[in-house]
Amino acid sequence: MSESANRDSRLRPLGVTLSVAFVCALLVSVVAVTLRPTQKANIEAERIAQLELVLEALSAIGRAQSIENLEARIVKLESGVFDDSIDPARFDAERAASKPTSSAAIPGELDLAGLKRRAMHAQVYLVRAADKRIDLIILPVSGRGYQSTLRAWLVLDGDTRTVRALKFYQHGETPGVGARIEDPDWEAQWRDLPAYDDDGVLRIGVRVQAGGGTGLHASYQVDSISGATRTSQGVHGMLRFWLGEFGFGPFLQRLREEQL
Amino acid sequence: MQDNNWRILTRPLIDENPLTLQILGICSALAVTTSLDTALLMSFVVICVLALGSGSVSLIRNHLPHSVRIIVQITIIASLVIVVDQVLQAYAFELSKRLSVFVGLIITNCIVLGRAEGFAMHNGFVASVLDGIGNGLGYALILVIVGAIREFFGKGSLLNLQILITTSQGGAFEPLHLMLLPPSAFFIIGGIIWYVRRKRPKQVEKPEFTLRPRAEGSE
Repeated sequence: MSESANRDSRLRPLGVTLSVAFVCALLVSVVAVTLRPTQKANIEAERIAQLELVLEALSAIGRAQSIENLEARIVKLESGVFDDSIDPARFDAERAASKPTSSAAIPGELDLAGLKRRAMHAQVYLVRAADKRIDLIILPVSGRGYQSTLRAWLVLDGDTRTVRALKFYQHGETPGVGARIEDPDWEAQWRDLPAYDDDGVLRIGVRVQAGGGTGLHASYQVDSISGATRTSQGVHGMLRFWLGEFGFGPFLQRLREEQL
Repeated sequence: MQDNNWRILTRPLIDENPLTLQILGICSALAVTTSLDTALLMSFVVICVLALGSGSVSLIRNHLPHSVRIIVQITIIASLVIVVDQVLQAYAFELSKRLSVFVGLIITNCIVLGRAEGFAMHNGFVASVLDGIGNGLGYALILVIVGAIREFFGKGSLLNLQILITTSQGGAFEPLHLMLLPPSAFFIIGGIIWYVRRKRPKQVEKPEFTLRPRAEGSE
């Protein structure tokens, strides 16, 4: 009698824990599966909202486009070639950047954007003119700001050398200070800014020092936001990184060669 | 009985507030109170998890072997948090992105496990649910106060409605940026704790030890 009670007390914890685990697993799975379509729709809506910001930036520079004319392509960053084996609709850049198998560590001296890792692929958008030549190139860029990661679209001209617009679509900078990267006046400074000098050296950036505007590279750089030095430096580093050799450098180089 | 239930529900609001008396759940209170809307959503989520968690633990408390009770409680709480997180991602996508990891971290919020282990294990279903809701409301009360103060002085707005026009918008109000940084929540919560204990001196803790008076002639 006592032996059976003993066995009962030994089996009971197992039974109770197993049944609790089973009920919990069932609950979590059912909820996750039933809600997945709604969650996917949210992510898709967010992607479209981000694209609409690009369209807004394009119409601000007098190059209004409809969403269908944006050609989504995946670029392999290291070699700069298009990789059509990945479906752009299924490409999740943030996820790719965080997984070790789909991202690469950025060498310390090249990590101007403070990202530590970047995805091996990136999704870019192309706008083609009537004769199929590339008219605009829209690149996703990101980097550390003062207290958040800045994410923006960089719109380049088809010549790959001129910035047409820079539109931030996500950041958590201090309202009224760093958040002024979204100011229309500040954004307008990026319109038609040459990114490289005549020798092809990357010159684009943000002048952080007041009065530095008389310097050599003034015509390639925009004014920093007063009071938001770290955010301005973040934007500077972000552009230098993504237009550099570990960012979209190889891709832009290849486009230049192909169009010659 | 009615009276007793009412006490269970209201006691954690001020007299036994989990944040100001027990100093639990401070981490999330610092992180999600930069604006009132995130504070409200976080409060709602914590109330749900506390009520459902305490209720479920109370239901199976007589079948729970003593040796594995904490693991079973954590399993239940973790499942509830995942469910709530999934629901938020589906129906409150924007806000859930701003709460980011802090919804998931409710699993480790001491209030939830504390109520499950400290109250629900010894009390009936109704009392446990009420205790969960009460503690959630106590947490919510502090979060809403802190969130409102931080958003108002940090951005000049409440629930994203601009009340004071800031200087960068051409008005006269200079936002206090410190309010948007985590330390400000410490100051505000500290202030609330001081005020509550001034009004309810019973809550003041006795010093754990007293300094020995300095002996004559020693250094």
